[in-house]
Amino acid sequence: MSRMQQARRTVWCTSRLAFPQGSDTGWVIAFLIPYGAVFLLFAAYPIAYGLWMGRAPSLYAELIDDPRYGRALVNTLLFVALGVNLKLFVALLLSGFFMRRRWWIKALLIVYLLPWGLPAVPAYLSFHWMLIGEQGLLNALLQALLGIEGPIWFNHRGLALASDIVAYIWKWMPFWTVVFLAGRMAIPEEIEDAADIDGASGTRRFVYITFPLMANLYIVCTLISTIWTLGEYASVEFVSGGAPALSTDVLATLGIRYALDYARPQLGVAAMLSALPVLIPAIIALLRKLHTAELQL
Amino acid sequence: MRRAAGERNALRRRQRRRRLLVEVASLILGLVLLIWSLLPCYNMLLIALDAEGDTEFAGDIWPREPSLESFRTVWTQGYWYLEDFWHQFGNSLIIGLATMVLTSAIGSLASFALGRMRVRRARLLINAALLSYVLPSAFLAIPFVRIAHAYGLADSLWSVIAAEVMFATPFAILVLQHYARLVPVELDEAARIDGASPLQLYLRIYLPLMAPALAAVGTYALLLSWSEYLYQYMLLSTKRNWTVAVALEQFWDSDEAPWNYMMALAIIYALPPVALLYGLLRYAAPRLSGLKP
Repeated sequence: MSRMQQARRTVWCTSRLAFPQGSDTGWVIAFLIPYGAVFLLFAAYPIAYGLWMGRAPSLYAELIDDPRYGRALVNTLLFVALGVNLKLFVALLLSGFFMRRRWWIKALLIVYLLPWGLPAVPAYLSFHWMLIGEQGLLNALLQALLGIEGPIWFNHRGLALASDIVAYIWKWMPFWTVVFLAGRMAIPEEIEDAADIDGASGTRRFVYITFPLMANLYIVCTLISTIWTLGEYASVEFVSGGAPALSTDVLATLGIRYALDYARPQLGVAAMLSALPVLIPAIIALLRKLHTAELQL
Repeated sequence: MRRAAGERNALRRRQRRRRLLVEVASLILGLVLLIWSLLPCYNMLLIALDAEGDTEFAGDIWPREPSLESFRTVWTQGYWYLEDFWHQFGNSLIIGLATMVLTSAIGSLASFALGRMRVRRARLLINAALLSYVLPSAFLAIPFVRIAHAYGLADSLWSVIAAEVMFATPFAILVLQHYARLVPVELDEAARIDGASPLQLYLRIYLPLMAPALAAVGTYALLLSWSEYLYQYMLLSTKRNWTVAVALEQFWDSDEAPWNYMMALAIIYALPPVALLYGLLRYAAPRLSGLKP
């Protein structure tokens, strides 16, 4: 353990305590009971119940035999790989753009945050109607401005999945941009000034100064976003709706479909549980990272 | 001497050209971002304003005869899909407010104990909170709904509130704990010497000083539960118990529906959280660097 960490840990343990005697155990329990109850009843119990529901190995054999499951697995991997990395990298670059002190960039930031405030269902419904058919807004614009005849987006698995991913990025990129913006604002100005004096500008400043300083935050965000995106439901359900022919389902939509449309809740839970081999390492890595970095979210 | 001046001039010219180039590039980027952010919102408005509810783009940037008929229909519940609109709006609001109050109360109690009192294994508790914070909500939906059914809580607003509180509280605890470090612990000690009990400390010192953070956390819980869809859809089955999010979904399920009503409903549903977000950001922007979201 580095000395820095040790010092931090000592601070964590000794300061900030008004009640060092330990005579307040009763109070501590009373203060923690509400959250403990919420956690046990509404998180731990459903988790345990879900694991119990998906315990039969035959469920997984059935999943492997179902071609829809294999497709959903591939779709989920593509969704996570593209949805997380594209979103975060562009958000990181854009956070630099929004640091510029211009009145119109500040005004633009307000508009740019709109997707974040918009509830998911209306946003994705709008994407669906914007893309559907030949006369959706996007294809009409392509025709009018560029003279291109746009594709029928939801007739092709790749295009439909890409539409879902783009809609998902549209919805969540502003949030991550704000996170990175806050991270950039926390970089002391002296460092940037020093870089200026040394003549580091543009790309070099980004590569050698900003990015190393933000690397920790970026990794934590990647981990959190990976975990969340693994369970993404709304964008696939409302943009492509699984079209064409349920080929764009991801694990979450397929699981809910098994449970609601085919009355097979156990199979649905099993489909989602099959994400655990990725989910658990990601969660452990995240907890470790947060523990050592003392980073607050 | 003259050569040096010439070089300096050339350098300055190059710098000026560079600056101009950056300016033009950022203007183009700004334009792209503007279109990117607004296009889906514009599409919603276009469809909502179309008198026939056509989803096809007519070729006019602004509809030739914009009609507010769809908004009026939603407002007056003038279509059978929308007959319980205000009731459903109320349900969304009840769920949002209850989640807000419960999350703030439970989160502040827990963060007080974790940050201000000696708790053995505090790390473990914080990790448990983190775990339920990052857990993808869709993965828990099926068992949660089954449990709610088993205890006769399905189709009740309370079951939805329970789910939303469960998802909102961990983040609330983390934010409140972070903010609480800014409140000097000497205040607690002084009050303690004067004989205040932990409960009095919590009510008289902790809560008032934490008011800004509580406002942020409460708004977060309200936004989360207002915008959440899956649990509301799976738990609420009677039309009068639906929320606005679920009411929107019924349009999605039908092949032929007045899409202008759907988009008007979507816009009305989206306005409160957008307004709230901007209100919060205006308040939070100066603090952004201190309190990471």
